[in-house]
Amino acid sequence: MGRIGYFLLYICLSIVAVFQIFPIVWLFLFSLKDNREIFAGSPFALPSEIQWQNYVNVWQGGIGNYFFNSVWITGVSIALTLLFASMAVFVITRMTWKLNKFFLGLFMVGLMIPIHSSLIPLFSMFLSVNLIDNPWSIVLTYTAYNLPITMMILLGFFYTIPREIEEAAIIDGASLHRLFFGIILPISTPILSTTAIINMIYNWNEFVFVNTFISSDRYKTLTVGIQNFVGQYMTDWGAIGATLVISVLPILIAFLFFSNKIVDGISSSAVKG
Amino acid sequence: MNKVMSDKWFITLYILPAMLLLGILIFIPLVLTGYYGLMRWDGIGSMEFIGLANYINVLQDGVFWRSAGHSFLLALFSTLSLIIYLAVAMILASKIKGADFLRKIYLIPMLLSSVAIAQLWIKIYNPSNGMLNEILRGLGVQNPPLWLADPNIVLYSIFVPILWQYAGFYILIYYAALKGIPESIVEAAKIDGATPIQIAYKIKLPLIMGVVKVTVVLAIIGSLKYFDLIWVMTGGGPNGASEVMASYMYKLAFANNNFGYGSAVAFMLLLITLLVTLIVRKLTADKEELQY
Repeated sequence: MGRIGYFLLYICLSIVAVFQIFPIVWLFLFSLKDNREIFAGSPFALPSEIQWQNYVNVWQGGIGNYFFNSVWITGVSIALTLLFASMAVFVITRMTWKLNKFFLGLFMVGLMIPIHSSLIPLFSMFLSVNLIDNPWSIVLTYTAYNLPITMMILLGFFYTIPREIEEAAIIDGASLHRLFFGIILPISTPILSTTAIINMIYNWNEFVFVNTFISSDRYKTLTVGIQNFVGQYMTDWGAIGATLVISVLPILIAFLFFSNKIVDGISSSAVKG
Repeated sequence: MNKVMSDKWFITLYILPAMLLLGILIFIPLVLTGYYGLMRWDGIGSMEFIGLANYINVLQDGVFWRSAGHSFLLALFSTLSLIIYLAVAMILASKIKGADFLRKIYLIPMLLSSVAIAQLWIKIYNPSNGMLNEILRGLGVQNPPLWLADPNIVLYSIFVPILWQYAGFYILIYYAALKGIPESIVEAAKIDGATPIQIAYKIKLPLIMGVVKVTVVLAIIGSLKYFDLIWVMTGGGPNGASEVMASYMYKLAFANNNFGYGSAVAFMLLLITLLVTLIVRKLTADKEELQY
């Protein structure tokens, strides 16, 4: 291909890049402007005077509480999902028993279930055990619904662990628990961190479960909490922009540091056929 | 050794947490949805068994079928947009400097929550102060559209952020598949005098057909159960013009307390999703496995 050909290809790719990135840049810009400037000025202009006040306002307005809930619910759910998924994948891939193919199949069926088809019974189950408007309903649901995808990503890695490692440990007199926690989990750190990041993105961004199971403000996470803020600051675009930026910033920062892990995780979670 | 590795207690102990969570929170609710669909129930009081009445009503419910139509329209758009993603991935994979950086840039919208995306695009579409209409007015358009408030175009307006959100995801998958094609095959075709277009269409595309089929299934299934973004952007409005199956079900159950009928709609959503998966798999089944 000639020079002009490549030039045209770059133009195409750049247009796509601008389309993908510009709305987010625009969001950052208007989160730092006041209404007068947002409404009167050009959408492409830099803020004439940076309005950090927007961020101070929404933080004092109580977004910190939603933020904290998102952090701990996301974190605890990730820990539980990774622990239970790796335990199950360990016995499915490494132990000798008859039903392992059956259980593997069962877990993989979980990949295909649309969450809306189980939402109503989940709600009534949590209602009957007093877990409605209780953050643990969210932790349990996140853990359960992320298990299949997490197990699927772990599966390939666990199959490739050499037998010799297990044999050596058992001959040295290690118990199975010691083998799992002391040897298998540590050597699985790279793949576990990939699944942790994928889980983080899912949990941090989840909306339906929180919107359905949680009604008190003090337990809401960011995705549902920002809905309140948008209602409250209806006409104050700067404040809404600041709210949205605060809600997406942790994921963007994670992407900045772990973009390769995220790319790996997303590609391996997608091609499941 | 073999005896240790088939310790029944250990196996039970380690599989149990995952099994219980999946069983109680995913599989049992699924069955219960079908069962609740046989009831008249407001979610709090006692249930009354009414047989298949709810399911028969769903089949005759114009609002349900209109919502299903919108869901299928979104599925069609999503499938067609795969062609654009594939074209971009083809360009990206053709020895472009900075391809790795670009595909990461493309991926960024995919990392944001649907709620944040919805709120951002509500602002972009805002008829008086949104970015889009400011640009259009700058270009001299007198009366730019109302976007989300116009029932005739609301579904298209909603589809643009969906396209935006998932572009990076599909480009990433196609890019990885294209990078897996051995260089020697492409070189051989070049020596035989094939043009870039011919190489893309006749050689690369057939070789990644397996991945393309997977993405078609993903795009269709993903669209049929689409909810968050639409719920936040329009709530299914104006006047039901952007109602989809999931949002209709959610309204029935959690806004109107019609849990029995809502469950019947949820069960239909499940059946339709499984049925469509099956049909798409069947239609795209491999007649001959391509190998390299």
